[in-house]
Amino acid sequence: MPNIGFLGEPVLLKNVGKPAALTVDGYRQGGGYQALAKALAMQPAAVIDMVKASGLRGRGGAGFPTGNKWSFVPKEAKQKYLTVNADESEPGTFKDRVLMEEDPHQLIEGSAICCWAVGATVCYIYIRGEYVEAGDILERAIEEAYAKGILGKDVLGSGFELDMVVHRGAGAYICGEETGLLESLEGKRGQPRVKPPFPAVVGAFGMPTVINNVETLCCVTHILDRGPEWFKAIGTDERNTGPKLYAVSGHVEKPGTYEVPIGITFQELLDLCGGMWRGPSGDGPARQLKAFIPGGASAPVLTAADRHIKLDFDTLAKAGTMLGSAAVMVMDETASMLQVAKRSAKFFNHESCGQCTPCREGTNWLEVLLTHAAHGEATTQEVDLVPQVAKQIGGNSLCALGDAAMMGVGPIVEKFRDEILAEVRAAATHAHGNGNGRRAALPVLQGA
Amino acid sequence: MSPPALPAAFPPEAKARLDKLRPLYPTERALLLPALHLAQKHWGGWLPEEAILAVAAELALPPAEVYGVVTFYDLYHERPVGRHRIRVCTNVPCMLRGSAEVMQTLGEALGVEEGEVTADGRCSYVHFECLGACEQAPMMMVDDRYHGWLDAEKVKKIVEGLD
Ligand SMILES: Cc1cc2nc3c(=O)[nH]c(=O)nc-3n(C[C@H](O)[C@H](O)[C@H](O)COP(=O)(O)O)c2cc1C
Ligand code: SF4
Ligand code: FES
Repeated sequence: MPNIGFLGEPVLLKNVGKPAALTVDGYRQGGGYQALAKALAMQPAAVIDMVKASGLRGRGGAGFPTGNKWSFVPKEAKQKYLTVNADESEPGTFKDRVLMEEDPHQLIEGSAICCWAVGATVCYIYIRGEYVEAGDILERAIEEAYAKGILGKDVLGSGFELDMVVHRGAGAYICGEETGLLESLEGKRGQPRVKPPFPAVVGAFGMPTVINNVETLCCVTHILDRGPEWFKAIGTDERNTGPKLYAVSGHVEKPGTYEVPIGITFQELLDLCGGMWRGPSGDGPARQLKAFIPGGASAPVLTAADRHIKLDFDTLAKAGTMLGSAAVMVMDETASMLQVAKRSAKFFNHESCGQCTPCREGTNWLEVLLTHAAHGEATTQEVDLVPQVAKQIGGNSLCALGDAAMMGVGPIVEKFRDEILAEVRAAATHAHGNGNGRRAALPVLQGA
Repeated sequence: MSPPALPAAFPPEAKARLDKLRPLYPTERALLLPALHLAQKHWGGWLPEEAILAVAAELALPPAEVYGVVTFYDLYHERPVGRHRIRVCTNVPCMLRGSAEVMQTLGEALGVEEGEVTADGRCSYVHFECLGACEQAPMMMVDDRYHGWLDAEKVKKIVEGLD
């Protein structure tokens, strides 16, 4: 069973560790598929209004209001699609895997409700290729749902026809970007499209398409079940509502998936995780917090001084960072911020699809500069070049990966500049014994 | 790429699977990723030229288009891989919890560099981006399975257990 924790009543994670819920009957025993039945008895527009009223915002990264997104889909189009974004490749994020492995019918139900609301008759669940087990579990659940009349020609006897299929990706972070995902689904390289047109109007195979994250659709199931007022009552305010999954990793005692009201403070979340790590032996003193990244590798880093910040969309945006996928990565006093910055830069460089020059070349430069720095072969000016290069990428590229590289790498160097410069000097002393951080020639990074 | 005289056929089980999927997609091209996954399984974990040609023929696509897709994705391999494929996550959360030790232990246990195949063809290992299981850090993927909460001892045991 995966590591999980709660504050308050578990809703999204209530079936974790209950293998019975993997079957239709077991899932029904916990009240499953009542929400879908309820939705099918309503007008589609009323379902959309209900989701709007709940204040639900997308859990995939951008926090876009889900009900609004659904209402952009043109009513008259002949063929419409739902594409579930189960690509989950943002470093630090693993909540969707838990949802799919432990409670596949919750996702199937939420997806079916969305399809009814927008008039989609085919649902593709685009899952990252590495999630072999989650994909297999979903396929088995879908097969049973067809056999029990929940999917197929006549959904729950309503006359609504719906097909659902698991589509496996093949290892590319950019396919989590919604238009990269569509390209990939169509059998192409996952290179993002120019927007507009937005997928709600021109999406998969040229047709109107809703793209939602796994957790977003799981929330929909419960909004239909319990009503928008219930959902709205949880959270910080009417713009930050509902239960939320936080994937906590790094230097905490109990990394795992935590379901709490959106807007919990970082410190409260840390306490739920058993506090800071005590080291591999488990009996050392809890270490000191140095930094945390609240929303995956794409989100600007925060420091120990920010520990009482509320982890919701708007509070984090005001603080210059973002909730993103709510992947909270925690770093203690032993973490090398230079290594963290370098590893993230390497990630963005590897994952840039290469279409836009600022992103393709800029992410490469970030990795080159930080690799030199880690070898003690960068000057102070070169370290300071990192945030400058980062700012040339963000806003100058086609998709949000460029912005993510800017936000995920630059602020680490800005906020931990002194520490990083000291590390560069220490590495230089180690390598050359002179300690002034200068090197003869700029080495060329292999494979760059 | 010079095409062989007779391109190898797409395996019948894989063909049957594609036939089941076909009605769910409006274009033939959308079957490309599923077809490549099936082909890779059939051809021993990688995609030799004949596999690419077989997929291209099956979906009536230019081989160059298929090849372009293959090179874009990390899970498709253009070179032979070990019978067991190990992917070690080295992204930040795993790095913070010791992925370097996992890489080092694998190198020592297998006696090859990252990306190389052991002489007996048994294993190959590479570092990988976040695999979406950071709560188990450090972790790695062996073939289709995740192994988490690793340390040097566990890694050695897992490697010894591979046939
Ligand atoms: C580079 C990049 C990667 C992304 N990866 C994911 C992902 O793995 N899963 C996801 O749900 N959203 C991801 N997104 C966000 C999607 O583009 C999109 O906003 C989201 O799927 C919409 O669903 P939501 O409104 O339910 O959040 C990514 C965005 C970018 C720019
Ligand atoms: S910003 Fe980067 S990842 Fe996005 S389309 Fe441009 S090159 Fe590709
Ligand atoms: S960082 Fe290793 S699984 Fe996420």
